[in-house]
Amino acid sequence: MSDQFQGIEPMVYQSKINVPYSWWAGDTATRFFVALRDEKKITATKCGACGKVFLPPRKVCPLCFTENAEWVNISDEGTVLTFSVARRQLAAIPQDRKVPVIWCLIKLDGADTAMLHYLDEIKPEDVTIGMRVKAVFSEKRKGTIRDISHFKPVK
Amino acid sequence: MDRAAIIGVGMTKVEKSKVRETFADMAWEAVNKALADAGMTIDDIDNVVTTSSDFWDGRTISCMAVGDASGAADKNVSCVEGDGTYGAFYGYTRALSGSYKTTLVTGHSKGSQCVSSLITNASFDPIYDRELGMDMITACAMQANAYMNRTGLRPEDMAMVSVKNHGNAFKNPLAQLPMNITVPDVIKSEMIADPLHKLDCSPVSDGCCAVIIAHESVATKFKQKPVWIRGLSFCTDSFFFGDRDLARSNALAEAANNAYKIAGIKDPKKEIDIVELYDAFTYQELLWLEEMGLADYGKAAKLLEAGKFNMDGPLPVNPSGGLLAGHPVIAAGLYRIAEVVMQLRGDAGEHQVKKAKTGLAHGVNGLCGQSHCVWILDKER
Amino acid sequence: MAKRVAIVGTGQTFHKSHRPDVNGQELINEAVQRALADANLTMKDINAILIGNMDHFEGINYVDCWSVDGSGGVMKPVIKITTGGTTGASLAVGGYHMVGSGMFEKVLIIGWEKNSESDTTGAITTAFDPVWDRQVFAGAISGLAAEAQAYMARYGASDRDAARVSVRDRKHAMNNPHAQLRKEISLEDVLASPMLADPIHLLDVCPRTDGACAVIMASEDIAEKICPNPDWLWGTGARHSYAYLGDCDWGRLTSMERVAKEIFKKAGIKEPRKELDVIEMYQPYSFAGLIWIEDMGIVGYGEAPQYVADGNTDMGGELPINPSGGVIACNPIGATGLIRCAEAAMQVMGKADARQVLDVNFAVSTGFGGCMWTDMLLHGKKKPN
Repeated sequence: MSDQFQGIEPMVYQSKINVPYSWWAGDTATRFFVALRDEKKITATKCGACGKVFLPPRKVCPLCFTENAEWVNISDEGTVLTFSVARRQLAAIPQDRKVPVIWCLIKLDGADTAMLHYLDEIKPEDVTIGMRVKAVFSEKRKGTIRDISHFKPVK
Repeated sequence: MDRAAIIGVGMTKVEKSKVRETFADMAWEAVNKALADAGMTIDDIDNVVTTSSDFWDGRTISCMAVGDASGAADKNVSCVEGDGTYGAFYGYTRALSGSYKTTLVTGHSKGSQCVSSLITNASFDPIYDRELGMDMITACAMQANAYMNRTGLRPEDMAMVSVKNHGNAFKNPLAQLPMNITVPDVIKSEMIADPLHKLDCSPVSDGCCAVIIAHESVATKFKQKPVWIRGLSFCTDSFFFGDRDLARSNALAEAANNAYKIAGIKDPKKEIDIVELYDAFTYQELLWLEEMGLADYGKAAKLLEAGKFNMDGPLPVNPSGGLLAGHPVIAAGLYRIAEVVMQLRGDAGEHQVKKAKTGLAHGVNGLCGQSHCVWILDKER
Repeated sequence: MAKRVAIVGTGQTFHKSHRPDVNGQELINEAVQRALADANLTMKDINAILIGNMDHFEGINYVDCWSVDGSGGVMKPVIKITTGGTTGASLAVGGYHMVGSGMFEKVLIIGWEKNSESDTTGAITTAFDPVWDRQVFAGAISGLAAEAQAYMARYGASDRDAARVSVRDRKHAMNNPHAQLRKEISLEDVLASPMLADPIHLLDVCPRTDGACAVIMASEDIAEKICPNPDWLWGTGARHSYAYLGDCDWGRLTSMERVAKEIFKKAGIKEPRKELDVIEMYQPYSFAGLIWIEDMGIVGYGEAPQYVADGNTDMGGELPINPSGGVIACNPIGATGLIRCAEAAMQVMGKADARQVLDVNFAVSTGFGGCMWTDMLLHGKKKPN
């Protein structure tokens, strides 16, 4: 920094970007969330060309690029592919969840791709890749991914 | 295809917080350094590509903040959003498409000005994933677990990367965090998200880098030795983590192999002399080296332990200290390019590696390395 | 050797104020599928993808990474270009260089926006410097109002002159099934509509739209095999005018003047008014339809009001402007600049259906955005030399 600024304290302005959003889920996601909310059912779409079953459901198969017209029911049980445990209360973590928070990728039986969600009713040290887990639904469901409260271990 | 070279680079020091400087101040510094390095004036620059992120900068049309300071006032200009290696890729195509001969590429960000957890959380899909509250760190922790489970990698193995890179930073005056640490120091540091300790993670820093790319017809016209762009490529994997195999990086393998093909490199393990890669987290240095074909899958840690990737080893990796020693997001990949350029010119000063004819620079976009950009640079044409 | 570049296919969604039936990825996919169909190509044929939008309008970081399921980008090179309102045009320019360099033979370019999902003004306000300008600026309209006032003061024009532009574009939109607003309006309608920021009325400005557009560009090595009469790109350019509000020459769009001069000189166009056959201009408000065609060199300073009033820029006139209805009839911001490019391409390729201008040899498409930035592309039926 050149001499002309010597002795001048740098000013710092605090601010926030407040750009409210509402994201259209689209018909495909809407159908998924309605089933989740009203029937506690997990559903997915299947590609007519390659047969792959996508969770979260996709309107179009990203690999074949054709529309997925078929819906299938997915089990609420599956296998943990990998996981993550937050120990520091990072800013993105929702207010109602205190560390340690465990997220995992779960391959539910019937789906070819895995979904992201919380793992609970277990100590972080006991989480293993390959363990079996089952969805626990929230009492109050609003049609969001947190209509599933978390996944819990299955014997 | 015609060829192009990098004929000037300029980097600001990477710092935790450049509280006295705006984005434009940083750009002004980096651009002037690059021009001086090249022996050019701003009038010798035909067009400008700036690289920035609206999210990281907290402003829509973030390129506006640096346009004038980057000399774009009466010039053809455009902006790439993403890592600097992508901005430079576009700048490269602009030097070869017949409209311009020289492109100035800049990349900047001021991590000190934002809450990075919220910024990276915004990369998650707003309908299915975002409200679960993950961010870049917890996402990469998830990848690290998958990678460790697949390969048997231990926390001590990853920690060695941190020891090496922070140690290398002592010889790089521009690095933010030179640190003399041991593997136990890394393991004892705060666990942020299993298995990533604080010292397994790069900081989020402030910095700006500028490079000047020139078409071969003018590459030797100015004062600097040109460093030739032999090959480059980029590739993006699926978006949802559940669609990917997080323990691998198909997109990096594809980008690297493509870049080698364009460069005519048949045996990268033998032909690459120095690597500057995107080590946002310790495990990434190992996984990326393997997917680039510079180590067999699951074997990089052993080679690291044997000293292969040390500054005085047979294949130095991140002699600059890498991102672990200072991480200005967005600019990060451009710094990697600039560092390799300096190495190949023999201008890297104290952190100069001995053998430096062909180098690899690497940048990443997205969560858990969803997208990769690989550059092969060479001292010789 | 650099390659000559042509547009070989385009696709758009049917733009609407709200598209609740699709999320962003699915919207993108619609435009992409249409462009591929238009060019008779499949996703496998595409070598790279360029995509853009304005981040804060969708609230998604790293959109190039997020959108791959819809864009077809899985395991392909994907890159994001974003320059504010002119993003769509900057993307087209980007495609031109990516192909022209010889690095990619066929690229897919996508511009999109779901404006219904966000607070547009809130987002645009973040474009302005937080220390100097943001507190006093109120979205895009303030800057445009300042420009309109300055132009009126310098050349004696009126809001009535500008309203004629809105009337023209809304009438043109009747021929375009993709446009959002398809209802004609009269001069009186425009002048009676609510005043937003003096002298700009509601019907002088563009709407907010959900929409996507995709354009496929190919190198000369293959363009004519894909499409026998492609749209050849003769030149591209961009300039910006300012970073702080006080830097502009209010009443003139300096960036348009400079980039037009550069492109026309390079192409050997000496009298744009005579040599151009159609213009798709990124015209976010009616006054721009007067001011900026002067800056482009079509007519002299202050002459546009009469030129437009005489019907020269209407369909059937000497130099039709915005046969698609332009931005005033439809504005999905990240797509808008690319739609101008696609519409110009359709004119050259003879694919513009009810809005086709006859015998198009040269067309111009432009983009406009924050910092009074202008992108411009010159499209031609013949292959450039």
